[in-house]
Amino acid sequence: MAITRDEVRRVAALARLRLEPAEEERLTADLGHILEAFARLSTLDTSAVPPTAHVEEGRTAFRDDVAANPPASDALLANAPARDGRFFRVPKIIE
Amino acid sequence: MNDLSELSAGEAAARVRRREISAVDLTRAALARIAAVDAQLGAFVTPSEVDALAAAEAIDRRVAAGQDPGPLAGVPVGVKDIICTAGLRTTAGSRILERFVPSYDATVTARLRQAGAVIVGKLNCDEFAMGSSTENSALGTTRNPWDRTRVPGGSSGGSAVAVAARECHVSLGTDTGGSVRLPAAFCGVAGLKPTYGRVSRYGVIAYASSLDQVGPLGREVADVAVVLQAIAGHDPADTTASPRAVPAYLAALEGTVRGLTLGLPREYFVEGMQPEVEAGVRVAVDQLERLGAKIEPVSLPHTEYAIATYYLIATAEASSNLARYDGVRYGLREPRPVLGEMYEATRAAGFGPEVKRRIMLGTYALSAGYYDAYYLKAQQVRTLIRMDFQKALETCDALVTPVAPTTAFRLGEKTADPLTMYLSDIFTISVNLAGLPALSVPCGFDRAGLPIGLQVIGRPFDEATVLRVGHAYEQSTDWHRRRPPL
Repeated sequence: MAITRDEVRRVAALARLRLEPAEEERLTADLGHILEAFARLSTLDTSAVPPTAHVEEGRTAFRDDVAANPPASDALLANAPARDGRFFRVPKIIE
Repeated sequence: MNDLSELSAGEAAARVRRREISAVDLTRAALARIAAVDAQLGAFVTPSEVDALAAAEAIDRRVAAGQDPGPLAGVPVGVKDIICTAGLRTTAGSRILERFVPSYDATVTARLRQAGAVIVGKLNCDEFAMGSSTENSALGTTRNPWDRTRVPGGSSGGSAVAVAARECHVSLGTDTGGSVRLPAAFCGVAGLKPTYGRVSRYGVIAYASSLDQVGPLGREVADVAVVLQAIAGHDPADTTASPRAVPAYLAALEGTVRGLTLGLPREYFVEGMQPEVEAGVRVAVDQLERLGAKIEPVSLPHTEYAIATYYLIATAEASSNLARYDGVRYGLREPRPVLGEMYEATRAAGFGPEVKRRIMLGTYALSAGYYDAYYLKAQQVRTLIRMDFQKALETCDALVTPVAPTTAFRLGEKTADPLTMYLSDIFTISVNLAGLPALSVPCGFDRAGLPIGLQVIGRPFDEATVLRVGHAYEQSTDWHRRRPPL
């Protein structure tokens, strides 16, 4: 197999995903199949090929740093799962 | 069926501008059509009757006051539910955003409104645009109007269905690996993926940022051109939106392909594809030759590596983009006493199986020890795929290919095996990796009465030629005039 169940657990922890045992099993099988199929990439010699991260032309476009969005904390906080006045509420982080 | 729903977007806007019909009448006709057929189709996840009628009334007031109401004056449009609409729920097809109401418009949404369009609702899609059939939506099933036991294609399934079923005149989708073109082909409408950078991504919920692009769908190529004209161009809010001038796309629809050289990539006619699809596309290519185009065989030798390359790069970018869904600022939260547990429980409850699979694959490809073998390798092969296209497009003005190896498949047919589903994208994903523009245009039907799509791929920022080829072909056939049996 291209990936083990332990690796699936390790990757899930990196991705902050809590998986049920059945999901772990399914993902181990699915990712195994997918990675086996994708192993064909290793048959290509790319030692002299530069990577492409994006297809944009030219350089990053800069613009003047002018504030365009007025503060709108109520509009932004309207979607908050839990709020306290102007603040997002989260569980205690530091004991 | 009322006649107003049948009008092209261009004709509908022209009539509103000439005061022959009102924007309110057009909008009422669309809303009535949605009410009549959408229960069978599931294209819309959030209709927007009240706001749509208010927007239509505002257009009619502009017309009455002698002001320019815009090139899409009063035209009912649908917007894929991954594109932000201020005050109108935007879910990305996900439980995690099921109650998310954006506080702002995406740039494309704002530009549609400025052009006079009336947004009649939000359209279903695969969760976070991850899928090829719209079956990955957490908000419901969308059905193909030509055969309701079949998928509409994905991920912009609702966008294609709503246009094909006359629920709106044009729509917006997004295309990361074929998500506009595949549903357009499966539903028998025209759909364009613009060049990467032609259209702003600001306010579009991100899937894979180096590949995502917003594109229009319509029943005619001319309508696709009108919508592209409205949404294309630089945006200070998206650094990847190109400052290049936007040409006049409608003027480019000359009605002829005379003098153009069209490449036919041999790797896009493969064993295992549905014979009627291959036959339909070859007949369409012959038609283009009769219309005056020169057809030239070309090779895109790295095509066989495109699926692996795409699904490593797209999932790597997705794993990073979707890290923001943590239950803190917006979206679903699964309350837990400890922050880390809250993140994990929220993401476990909010994401569906395909999204989890892609986050896992992408996180794996980026993780220590696998980065070089998978992610970096895929980026290098992306260079080779891009160079294939550059070479072919040195001698050819555009390439013509099938959109997909099959016509619309049955609901549930490919959900058990993710790799089988991924293969639906085999002819569309390379275009995203290379950042090119490509159009899907109807080119026939199979024996079961399901539409077949022809893909026209162009040079970077040469949407004009792509649309010209699609339009000339379309106008020489009547495939686009057929209506699904509803």
